[in-house]
Amino acid sequence: MKRGAIAFWAGAALFLALVLVLTQIIGNEYPFFAGYVILQFIVLAVAWSILGGYAGYVNFGTSAFFGVGVYTAVFLVQSIGAPLYLQIAVAAAVGAVLGFAVGLLTLRMQGIFFSIATIALTIIIETSVTNWRDLGGAAGIQIQRPPVTAPFHTYVQLLFFVQALLVVLAVAIARYIQNSWIGRGLQALKDDELAAECTGVPTLRLKVAACVISGALMSAAGAPAAMYLQYADPGSAFNLNYSVSVLAMALIGGSAHWIGPVIGAILLGITQQLLAVTISSEVNVLVLGVMLVLFVVGAPEGIIGIFRKFAAPRAEGKP
Amino acid sequence: MTAGNATQPPLLRIGALTKRFGGFTALDNVSVDIMPGERFGLIGPNGSGKTTLINCISGAFRTEPNTVIFGGEDITRLAPHARTRRGIARSFQIPRPFKSMTVVENLMVALDFTSAAHLRLTTDDHRESAMEILAQMGLEARAGRPVTALSQVELRKLELARALATRPKLLISDEAMAGLSGSEVDEVLDLLMSLAHKDITIIMIEHIMQAVMRFSQRIMCLDAGRIIAIGAPDEVMANTRVQEAYLGT
Repeated sequence: MKRGAIAFWAGAALFLALVLVLTQIIGNEYPFFAGYVILQFIVLAVAWSILGGYAGYVNFGTSAFFGVGVYTAVFLVQSIGAPLYLQIAVAAAVGAVLGFAVGLLTLRMQGIFFSIATIALTIIIETSVTNWRDLGGAAGIQIQRPPVTAPFHTYVQLLFFVQALLVVLAVAIARYIQNSWIGRGLQALKDDELAAECTGVPTLRLKVAACVISGALMSAAGAPAAMYLQYADPGSAFNLNYSVSVLAMALIGGSAHWIGPVIGAILLGITQQLLAVTISSEVNVLVLGVMLVLFVVGAPEGIIGIFRKFAAPRAEGKP
Repeated sequence: MTAGNATQPPLLRIGALTKRFGGFTALDNVSVDIMPGERFGLIGPNGSGKTTLINCISGAFRTEPNTVIFGGEDITRLAPHARTRRGIARSFQIPRPFKSMTVVENLMVALDFTSAAHLRLTTDDHRESAMEILAQMGLEARAGRPVTALSQVELRKLELARALATRPKLLISDEAMAGLSGSEVDEVLDLLMSLAHKDITIIMIEHIMQAVMRFSQRIMCLDAGRIIAIGAPDEVMANTRVQEAYLGT
């Protein structure tokens, strides 16, 4: 346990150092431009799995939380010219509040009904933003990037590093939840909600907490996207593709362990980037769909499920 | 420990409890006091309201205020988990283990969520306490196994072990012995007896008459949501209405 924590934080530090070094030695902006999207998907997939994986509540509202993050940043930039860190912090807070409200309203519903409610949420928020003139409305809005600060050479490099920080934050939170009593409670309610209640697990409170944390991380991941694209419009910020991609990443990676969504996001994120460059960005969705079907049928526990199956005979007999 | 001792307050008081589902009255004006330390048998034919009563006590079903009083406190507004923390534990008729976990992890959920918040971090202590309970239940050899590997009788014991891990004052055993063989019934019965000797009040729902007769100090028989007899096991068995309703003359 202790040794695991040291290894984890050493790995995280190494990852961030590597990211920093890469921004210093690679002059070409494209790798960061593409890599940013993958890092963003890692944060989203890990955040999704906190509610969708640990608690088993399939959330189709990723795009709602993501879009709220984007537009919180847009609003802050337009109104007070807020710096990036403030955009992210406020977006996280707004995501948390949204998660709390949504959780309280919808988490009494189970299974497919919760999922439908989260899709409805996306549509409601998108419609509201589309009709909000000051934020550009349906036509979208242009945003000016501030000058880049040292040691980065371009703003995209800066955003790449910031998103890497968010990856570490999201994974650390997911890992903490997974290894603590909170994770055990979520796993219990995923298995059997009534039995969990009768074992002393405050199921509604835990689900709402998971929704708050998950929502905060998703909105935080969305905040820098405004600066990344220098443009925001409701159609792309609230694009249902985010919900579907993130869900697919978490499920294909395997959502019972924090490493699952990380693997899934890297794998699918890279595939998407390659397809977008070589064929077209529309093929993404097709490939995603096919992979999702293959995994749901062939490996419902995802990639980590396959690994565990091979590791299981070795672990047998351990208490 | 004598049943129905009027000098001490009851641990659980069911007061004029009526539960309707649409037009169907599942429980009709049920009132009963369960004393601390009592071994209480609950019998009745299928559909007589036994499990409904348990669901009302444990909180799965909501009821009118003041119909369920535990330790002198009205608990009708409390969610099931809050009732568990106050000391009401139950096992389920059809075992409902946490399937994705190992046997010992099932118990650790109970220990995690019924201990004071500051104790939740000391997972190692919980593992020890969980192992102690498993040893008591004769399940220690299965601690690290996934619950899917357990046999029927082991699953029943796990139900009881997990309920026990919440450190209950009142344990409700819902047909813990249904479908078990003769020797297995004795095994589970002995376990329940040993728990009763540790001052846990037990309500046992059971269809196996021998077991209920041997176990209970007092038996209550429900039929169509009403109490038709309550008292010492022999008296209840001798009651003609019980024989008609339950044993089918």
